[in-house]
Amino acid sequence: MLKLKNINTYYGKVHALKNVSLHLVAGEIVTLIGANGAGKTTILNTLSAITPAESGEILFEGNPIHNLPPDRLVRLGIAQVPEGRQVFKPLSVEDNLELGAYLRYRSREARGTIKKDLQDVYTLFPRLLERRKQLSGTLSGGEQQMLAIGRALMTSPRLLLLDEPSMGLAPLIVQEIFRVLDGLRRERGTTILLVEQNAKAALKLADRGYVLETGKVILEGTAANLLENKEVQRAYLGKDKKEIWER
Amino acid sequence: MNLSQQILQYILSGLSTGAIYGLVGLGFAIIFSSTAIVNFAQGEFVMLGGMLSVFFLEVVKLPLWLAVPVAILTATMTGVAFERLAIRPLKQATPLSLVIITIGGSILLRGLAMLFWGKDTHALPPFSGNEPLTLAGATILPQHLWIFAVTLLVITGNKLFFYYSISGKAMRACAHNRRAASLVGIDVQRMVLYSFALSSAIGAMAGIIIAPLTMTSYDVGIMLGLKGFCAAIIGGMSSGLGTVIGGIVLGLLESFGAGFVSSGYKDAIAFVILLLILIIRPQGLFHRGESERV
Repeated sequence: MLKLKNINTYYGKVHALKNVSLHLVAGEIVTLIGANGAGKTTILNTLSAITPAESGEILFEGNPIHNLPPDRLVRLGIAQVPEGRQVFKPLSVEDNLELGAYLRYRSREARGTIKKDLQDVYTLFPRLLERRKQLSGTLSGGEQQMLAIGRALMTSPRLLLLDEPSMGLAPLIVQEIFRVLDGLRRERGTTILLVEQNAKAALKLADRGYVLETGKVILEGTAANLLENKEVQRAYLGKDKKEIWER
Repeated sequence: MNLSQQILQYILSGLSTGAIYGLVGLGFAIIFSSTAIVNFAQGEFVMLGGMLSVFFLEVVKLPLWLAVPVAILTATMTGVAFERLAIRPLKQATPLSLVIITIGGSILLRGLAMLFWGKDTHALPPFSGNEPLTLAGATILPQHLWIFAVTLLVITGNKLFFYYSISGKAMRACAHNRRAASLVGIDVQRMVLYSFALSSAIGAMAGIIIAPLTMTSYDVGIMLGLKGFCAAIIGGMSSGLGTVIGGIVLGLLESFGAGFVSSGYKDAIAFVILLLILIIRPQGLFHRGESERV
């Protein structure tokens, strides 16, 4: 469904992505793990045309998309849930969700289908329904994360890019959010690219994973294999050497 | 005329000039909230509104009911052209250099107006006669009523647009967080263009409804622009009621100052207030304290 070939991205002079290649099959959940500054967020932002690639190729369902502006990508069905939620704080919860469907309103899609998707988001996250008239800046961190996901779902995406949805949230809420992601894949067949610092939770949810280090893919494999990989265990799962080697 | 009648008179005239300042201020606030630029060319769109109406009325010989909308439309197109030609090409510019460009734009527009229409002052006929009405001993012109009506209409229209239409909500979203807005597919540049169109239209409208009372000339934009800026600062650069109330506060203070102290201090009052606000409460009078979750 999605293929990145030899992507190079720069922030000014900083070479943030070095010949990154990866792919996603439709219906898969793939996770990107790695330390801070490894380039995980940059991959998502390159995909969303926020920091376009300098060279390389991105194919979405066989078509090149690396030269398209952000709104075209959203139209194609690629939605990003940005790091730190970035909800529109001065607007109400419902307005935030409606703006997720901004392009669908503009292309005069039937109001009925948009309304139905709104109800679906409320079914996924009943807490948003309770707070629909509230300003989104007053929501808790977990609720804002739900709202950010809901807003992305309102674009009716086929590929969902999530940037650290667990950041700063209580474990219970993280579980709830991961359960929703799992449900999205099973019930709607949404393909998900998940960037996470919480490598353990991410690898448990995902089918496959890529490990990034200083802008390069250093490991890839099925989630189960990565969970067993000693290097991954040491660097990202927080097990110390003793635990791994003396077993 | 006894004192209470006098006070009523000051209130009425303060309200009407204040409403104009408020409308001009709205133009500042709308552009500021979507671009973080203070558009110092705002006053020139006020001037263009008045001057273009006079032009379409007296030179092109359109009837008044047609001249006014055509003038608003032309001023709006000028605002759009200004954004396209002077603001948009400078993608990487800092807000400060863009502000300086708007100052340049205002000098250019004023100069062109002077070349086309000369330095004379022109009057626009009142929209519905010049027969003063008496209200509890104070006199009020029909044009004042037009000013109140148009102001109310613009405030209501603004509220409806920004809070109930998807484009208006998108503009607010953009003002708050550009990156998140573009991630849901909102075209940020288009929103900036809308904000220029909207504020030049509102500015032109203000220039037109005030023209029958105060006359208009190529340079009315300087003072009206600064007073509008002052109103927007009092209102905390919010594109809502705050700015209009800011304008009305300013208008009332001016009219009382002119009545009880001396009309020579009229403009000084506005700028003393502007300075006081900037020093003491730069976030504006009506800005509530915000606590935000991060």
